[in-house]
Amino acid sequence: MSPEFIVAIVAAIVLVATPILLAGLGELVVEKSGVLNLGVEGMMLIGAVTGFAATATWGNPYLGVIAAAVAGAAASMIFGFLTLTLSANQVATGLALTIFGGGFSALAGKPFLGKTVPAFVQLFPDALALHPIWRVVFGYSPVVYFSLFMCVAIAWFLKRTRAGLILRAVGENDQSAHAIGYSVIGVRYMAVAFGGAMAGIAGSMFSMVMTPIWAEGLTAGRGWIALALVVFASWRPFRLLAGAYVFGAVMTLEVHAKAAGGIFSALPPEMWAALPYLATLLVLVLISLRRSAASSAPACLGRPFIPTA
Amino acid sequence: MTDLVPRLSLRGITKSFPGVLANDNVSFEVKPGEIHALLGENGAGKSTLVKMIYGIMQPDAGEIRWNGQAVVVPNPKAARKLGVGMVFQHFSLFEALTVFENIALGLDAKVPQRELEAKIKAVMDQYGLRLDPQRIVADLSVGERQRIEIVRALLLNPTLLIMDEPTSVLTPQEVEQLFVVLRQLASEGCSILYISHKLHEIKALCDTATILRGGKLVDTCDPKVETSRSMAEKMIGGNLKSISKPEGRSFGAEKFTVSRLSMAGVGHFGVALKDVNFAVRAGEIFGIAGVAGNGQNALLLALSGEEIAGGASIIAIGGQGIGGLSAKQRRLKGLASVPEERNGHAAVPDFTLSDNSVLTARDRLGLAVSGLIRPNAAKKYTRDVISAFAVKATGSEAMAGSLSGGNLQKYIMGREILQRPEVLVVSQPTWGVDAGAAAAIHQALVDLAAAGSAIVVISQDLDELLSLCDTLAVINEGRLSKSMPVAGVNIEEVGLLMGGIHGETGAPHAA
Repeated sequence: MSPEFIVAIVAAIVLVATPILLAGLGELVVEKSGVLNLGVEGMMLIGAVTGFAATATWGNPYLGVIAAAVAGAAASMIFGFLTLTLSANQVATGLALTIFGGGFSALAGKPFLGKTVPAFVQLFPDALALHPIWRVVFGYSPVVYFSLFMCVAIAWFLKRTRAGLILRAVGENDQSAHAIGYSVIGVRYMAVAFGGAMAGIAGSMFSMVMTPIWAEGLTAGRGWIALALVVFASWRPFRLLAGAYVFGAVMTLEVHAKAAGGIFSALPPEMWAALPYLATLLVLVLISLRRSAASSAPACLGRPFIPTA
Repeated sequence: MTDLVPRLSLRGITKSFPGVLANDNVSFEVKPGEIHALLGENGAGKSTLVKMIYGIMQPDAGEIRWNGQAVVVPNPKAARKLGVGMVFQHFSLFEALTVFENIALGLDAKVPQRELEAKIKAVMDQYGLRLDPQRIVADLSVGERQRIEIVRALLLNPTLLIMDEPTSVLTPQEVEQLFVVLRQLASEGCSILYISHKLHEIKALCDTATILRGGKLVDTCDPKVETSRSMAEKMIGGNLKSISKPEGRSFGAEKFTVSRLSMAGVGHFGVALKDVNFAVRAGEIFGIAGVAGNGQNALLLALSGEEIAGGASIIAIGGQGIGGLSAKQRRLKGLASVPEERNGHAAVPDFTLSDNSVLTARDRLGLAVSGLIRPNAAKKYTRDVISAFAVKATGSEAMAGSLSGGNLQKYIMGREILQRPEVLVVSQPTWGVDAGAAAAIHQALVDLAAAGSAIVVISQDLDELLSLCDTLAVINEGRLSKSMPVAGVNIEEVGLLMGGIHGETGAPHAA
């Protein structure tokens, strides 16, 4: 295998893994606060179309990413208002948000079909000029570095900061947190908004970095994989990072399997396409068999908070 | 001279909820350094009153004075700022977090970790409260959990500490340790508002007692002068009925035997059962004492048949092995059971009472025949239960969830007892039930035993077991002690058994 091929494979894995990681990190924070938002896929699509539209309009991809984050957060606020303020069922509301996101993005994206947008400028042109192998380290979109930074930042926030402790406390025992005097609903609103912003950024990866065009439903179910990964990672950011890259590798394999020939081409391509989803199912089954992982779930996950006192 | 100003003074506090007047014009004072008991039945308004002092609720009318100044306490944060600390009956702890994290969460100011660790250590040393800050709360005993709450409250240097039913889950030895801490606090000038309905504790600990009944203040008295009986009668507003138990009862043959019952724990933090053996004779009430979380839940599930622990011979009714049968099959053999949790386990809150009757009585009483419910039979049976047990409900079609805790418990007990089970297993039969209803439930159990049934009562309330049962055993970490006749029981020994041989007083893990 030539160095170029390895560089191409690694770049492909990173590209596939990053949106899953971003959306997963956002959802991890949301779930740590005790809220289950199944609308990740919908928020990603809204982020994807908004990022694309903003970049096409203003010509600056950074503004596009920011717009995607704001749009994702705004979409999550629909979910937040229904589930937190009105105590609606979180599962049903999340599913509705996914369906809404798919429809809304298709509608809003109509004028942008077939257009392209300016890409991010390389961050480290000097390093890349030295040798093509440096592409493995320095050749990515800024969003990739942002995702890695966020992984470290979230791990630190949850473990080391007082605000992170309060967030975990709210997800662990909402009634007690309320009794001590913390605003359960307030903390959850912030977490849901953060999760929405992260999903929005994750979505913008698809329309602005991976394939710089807008197409309906271009996130292709990756939001669901992000959701499964949060459970797989037992709500730990670094495990989520590892999981995202493992899934990224499996998905990249699918693309390169046919080209590689040999045993890889023996399986029908549909099997390769189904592999990541089969792996998701397998992981969820394994997780539910393992007791410690189940008990690491935030105790109040998915339960609406209605104060008793 | 400041000592003459009461630390806390309540004037005409009134609070109503839809349909209930929880507090009606309540006024009393707590002096500095005083241990003041707040006494009353369930539903007398004690919890509502302290929630207003702690800022969780706001009074509709009346005034709270703090050191002579009228204050408004909008939230718990403001209460803590005044110097009010509170230890809740149901701990507001976070199971998956460490002791240290739990304490940090209870503080309003942001304290650097190292400084906080030093402060925690100082408080623990000063009051002899031993805890390892790095342990996960889920692994701690109830007594240790309470210590976390106390340390958390003491870190704020409170001048009034509210304790809401602090001893309901402790062993007698843990209660003694708690009293030492509370007396030390009071001697340092901290006032303590002590909520309880355990009269002997109040006599032992408190300087003054304020008694509430139905939201109204009935009396403020000196518990050292009063007798337990006189205070109890003020509390319930009538004469105390004691259980009438025929003297010198004789028991029949062994009716219900459990031998070598072992079972893995149920749920994430479930306690496993280890080699449990006991036998209950016809006409006998067998009590199982123990601090919460020592395997009582697993035992009830194993006996009722919700969990199958093993072979047929492990559990037997009249010599016939039923250990392999399901809950439904066991009911047909005459074993009825009442779990601890009323809403959602013993009864479905969103079902009517008559539907709830069908759920457990369908086979024994033929309330459902070949898959079809006989609604009239179910309604009639439910009405029988309601009248026999004086359940306050609008009728057989009332929703189970609309009944108060005590009334629902009376209904559930009645539903099982009127089926005339051969064996009845009940957990916490009077948890959160007022004294009148509790006495009725106790009497019904005694009468059922007198008719020849074998009864197993699992309870954390030692007083209840001592007055109700003929024989007693203690469960600790899933192991059941030998059976002891209640008549000759030694409280000291029962307390030691409840704490386990390796009781946490001398636990090696305590820092």
